[in-house]
Amino acid sequence: MPNVTVRFFARYAELTGRESAGVLVSGNSATVADVIERVRETVPGARALPPRPLAALNMRQVKLDARVSDGDEVALLPPLSGG
Amino acid sequence: MTYLTTAPISVESLLAAVQSPERGGTCVFLGTVRRDDDVTGIEYSAYDEMADAEIEQMLAEASERWPEARLTLQHRLGLIPVGEASIAIAAAAPHRDDAFAACRYVIEEVKQRLPIWKKELRLDGTATWVDPTGKPVAGGLRDR
Repeated sequence: MPNVTVRFFARYAELTGRESAGVLVSGNSATVADVIERVRETVPGARALPPRPLAALNMRQVKLDARVSDGDEVALLPPLSGG
Repeated sequence: MTYLTTAPISVESLLAAVQSPERGGTCVFLGTVRRDDDVTGIEYSAYDEMADAEIEQMLAEASERWPEARLTLQHRLGLIPVGEASIAIAAAAPHRDDAFAACRYVIEEVKQRLPIWKKELRLDGTATWVDPTGKPVAGGLRDR
């Protein structure tokens, strides 16, 4: 069961009242989408997150079907507004 | 020089990092916090480690595309008052075409890729996250 660290930024950190959470996802073929679903089920306030947010896996933007492994870091990114 | 800073940006230090006698054209882009209605400032936050890596990557891409150009950038984080710079990009090249093109490339990539967020602070004490995609956020504004 991959144990994944999830990080929240900006508005998403406000919605959940936290900057990170650890989640366990089942199976060897778990994806970023599975991690997000698990977050929405288990982290208080996370139901308010969009079901398909921008996401980064180990600091690279990825599609939600990217596979996760034990120890990975998934970051949920609100719409980017740098500059 | 670090790419992310909470201190005011020094354009001179960016220029010093890119200019040389061989580079006859230097282009600087400055993005400053705009006075919009009752906005008093913008609070910037970042996914620091990823933003650093992305900046490194986009500067490398620009160097590959314009090999004779030298580029750098700084993005300021934290509370920035109206009128002060949130980002500065400096590009120096032997000729102006490459300097302009490389500078333009980097700012457009910043807008697309950099994991940085801004929250507009208003006179009445309220604050709203900026969502450039224009999707509805409570009180959200467009900024393109």
